[in-house]
Amino acid sequence: MTHPADFTISEAQGALEAKQLSASELLEATLERASLTEANLHAYLTIDHEGARKAARQADGRLAAGETGGLLGIPIALKDNMVTRGLPTTASSKILDGYLPPYDATVVIRLKEAGAVVVGKTNLDEFAMGSSTENSAYGPTRNPWDPTRVPGGSSGGSAAAVAAGSALGGFGSDTGGSIRQPAAFCGLVGMKPTYGMVSRYGLIAFASSLDQIGPFARTVEDSATLLAAIAGHDPLDSTSYPGDVPQFASELHEGVEGLKIGVVTELSDAGIDTEVLTAFNTTLDRLADAGAEIVDVSVPVTKASLSAYYLIAPAECSANLARFDGVRYGLRVNGATVEEMMSHTRAEGFGPEVTRRILLGTYALSAGYYDAFYGQAQRVRTLTIREFAAAYELADVLVSPTAPTTAFAFGAKTQDPLSMYMSDVCTIPSNLTGDPAISVPVGLDTAGLPIGFQVMAPSLGESRLFRVAQAVEDVSESVGRPSIEGLV
Amino acid sequence: MADWEAVIGIEVHVELMTESKMFCGCRVDFDAQPNTNVCPVCLGLPGALPVANQKAIEWITKIGLALNCSVSEQSQFHRKNYFYADQPKNYQISQFDVPVCHDGHLEVEVDGVTTTVRINRAHMEEDTGKSIHVGAGGRIHSAESTRMDFNRSGVPLVEIVSEADIRSAAEARAYAQTLRTVVASLGVSDAKLEEGSIRFDANVSIRPGDDSPFGTKVEIKNMNSFRSLEQAVDYELRRQPEVLESGGEIIQETRHWDEAEGVTHSMRAKEGSSDYRYFPEPDLLPIVVSEKWREQIRSTLPELPAQKKERYVTLGVDQDNATTLAGGSVVLAGLFQDATERGADPRTVANWLTGEVTAYLRRADIAVEDSHITGQHLAELASMVVAGSLSATAAKEVLAGVMAGEGTPGKVAEARDLVQISDVSALEAAVDTVIGSNNDQFQRLVDGEDKVIGFFVGQVMKATSGKADPKVVNEILRRRAGR
Repeated sequence: MTHPADFTISEAQGALEAKQLSASELLEATLERASLTEANLHAYLTIDHEGARKAARQADGRLAAGETGGLLGIPIALKDNMVTRGLPTTASSKILDGYLPPYDATVVIRLKEAGAVVVGKTNLDEFAMGSSTENSAYGPTRNPWDPTRVPGGSSGGSAAAVAAGSALGGFGSDTGGSIRQPAAFCGLVGMKPTYGMVSRYGLIAFASSLDQIGPFARTVEDSATLLAAIAGHDPLDSTSYPGDVPQFASELHEGVEGLKIGVVTELSDAGIDTEVLTAFNTTLDRLADAGAEIVDVSVPVTKASLSAYYLIAPAECSANLARFDGVRYGLRVNGATVEEMMSHTRAEGFGPEVTRRILLGTYALSAGYYDAFYGQAQRVRTLTIREFAAAYELADVLVSPTAPTTAFAFGAKTQDPLSMYMSDVCTIPSNLTGDPAISVPVGLDTAGLPIGFQVMAPSLGESRLFRVAQAVEDVSESVGRPSIEGLV
Repeated sequence: MADWEAVIGIEVHVELMTESKMFCGCRVDFDAQPNTNVCPVCLGLPGALPVANQKAIEWITKIGLALNCSVSEQSQFHRKNYFYADQPKNYQISQFDVPVCHDGHLEVEVDGVTTTVRINRAHMEEDTGKSIHVGAGGRIHSAESTRMDFNRSGVPLVEIVSEADIRSAAEARAYAQTLRTVVASLGVSDAKLEEGSIRFDANVSIRPGDDSPFGTKVEIKNMNSFRSLEQAVDYELRRQPEVLESGGEIIQETRHWDEAEGVTHSMRAKEGSSDYRYFPEPDLLPIVVSEKWREQIRSTLPELPAQKKERYVTLGVDQDNATTLAGGSVVLAGLFQDATERGADPRTVANWLTGEVTAYLRRADIAVEDSHITGQHLAELASMVVAGSLSATAAKEVLAGVMAGEGTPGKVAEARDLVQISDVSALEAAVDTVIGSNNDQFQRLVDGEDKVIGFFVGQVMKATSGKADPKVVNEILRRRAGR
């Protein structure tokens, strides 16, 4: 019998509806798993025992009244860059140490209305900048599959929590791959929606034109369930998509018969680890057996996309992080003048990677350099959008490995920031175009580490995306769950 | 200022009196307790996002149309990045290269000469919070602490930038006043200089001839009245030639007008402060003003001061009074409108409004809304003068009484015993009495000495305590004298 902490959301829905267990019991199972593993994993920054128990009791009330489905009573982990009213929200930075937001992010409001049980706030790379969660000011998170390795980043905490069973589902944010890459490293389904599909109101901004909140789940179906609970227009977010939300699961089990699957050649060759590439190609063969037509699609601009991202994102972040100045909230380090106070506060409050990106972004926007850097990057972005749009004329979805490697060891990439940036090469294009993308676990490498397979679809093509992802899940052997004994 | 040409541009900031702020739903209310009209957005809390105020877009378009601007069908918000404690996000959402309105103009009259000042742009942005310095008399230097009030943070602001077409301090003042009147007439802002809902900065430079290249310009701030604007510009137009003529250089800087000392002071130079690293605001969509919307907004424009002035002139009002009335208080112009609609003579009413009424308000130091005068009063007064029951002089006195709240013109005239006697038979009796006591003088009048009439009129006025209508008296005397 599966331990409740290891239920999929579908299984949990069934069990709750059949009254095999209550939401409170489900939460306790999750909290117990967390208490066993957290000393080792450090997935969470804050566990809200009181708030979660209260939410579980309320969910039980609604369940008793006959309400079922969705995320009612389901324990969820939230990345600590989404503001939660009255619950500390730090973005894993010293500059927000102890900060208690006076309001809830729209996503949080929707989750509460759906009856989800928010277990707590999870660790991340500081201000979502990183690919390993090693940039957290509060210490790293360990990969449940191998605690000597990173869970990926920047949403490493949510990924680790869901993989370990300290939550049944979770949410992170994805700016350059920060949901998909940790999902790949932790053997989960991780998905970035179409830009604008989910409200950014209450998401602490990193790069405004790239950020999106998305789900971590154990199955593709769960992923669609999680997304449905939060998607939809928000009048508080001007970039929020105003149209009707697609029915995400509407074609979930239709399979890939007759679909054209385009392999992005530039993202699926040199630079990708052998075992990752093998798993990727095996999956392609299986999809072909399932009736899909596999075609090669060249998208040459992707070679420049990484550079464009690492100009646009820092530029936007340099402005987004300017508000952290010690005047109104968060850390304040005193100085003789206001300028001194601001600069001391920021010097002490920001970690090295955040500082690096703010400086890079400021430089890219400065007089005399704007056109050569930021302006040029935006032009590359436009080309990326156009080339991907053209690629979608040739295939129904595009695929690539999610990341060039499986989970790397702590410290392996921290000496050279650029090598860390390379982890994002496959995921970044979807952030630049705003198209939705998903990572599905397709196997383990010889070290027992999960390998992720990425599917990309045109904007607003979530239904098609989930459909192909489901097929990928169907043709792959389940990676199972990481062993908990080693984590206790 | 011999041999130098003044080159002046004016930058105006107008606070819009919309119900809510530019990017959030907080109320715009300048009398509220500090930090009571604030929210995550206008406080720059982590995670907050802006949503553009549609009414503000409508109103900036209205301002642009009133200033003869072209309206961009699509315009772009930009982030203007700089660190300051009253700027919660440490960037201001503003506009950079594609403003809502551009390429307009305003006609300005100085001493009867009309010139055209071109307007480069009117763009949309948000206001900052307020710094309140504690201790040391409210100045930033040697203050013990500073309190930040963010009620004003995020209030919609329209920035209007003129070309450097202005050529004198008087013209600068006239431009500012005219612009202020136009904006106030649209109902989009209180536009009160004293309250800060309209603010002016001047950019001043000089050059040797009118086709020499522009000199280095100096920005002047902190002019809190139209008078100080003129004085500050005037001061700069004396300071700059002195500097250049003594071999010095004009430094591009911001200078602060010191009202008390009557000089501009250099503000501490901020190095690198002019690189705002503008980039398009990714949190907001482009502003779209369709042709249809623009024309609908144009149809809501009131009669603008220039059109008003022309209309007054055709009604018979003299040029100077027409300019003053059309360019001045909307309330005063409203009184003119009301009175003339009730049949009062436009020329007379305009004279009263620009003369006695304005003088009274100045002496009593009140706004016309706070006096007791109405259009009805003015019409009544005018008809009394036409009917002859009030002399022109008496009318002015009655006007003052009405403004002071003593009652209607009829009542005030009665109470102050100013009602003129125009009744012919009553005056004939008075005339005859005077003639009777001054037969020799009367004979001289009969014989042709016209100037004796003055004596008789004077005597009749004395006998009637000044209430006789002099015109009627004059006429009766001539009849009696057979003249």
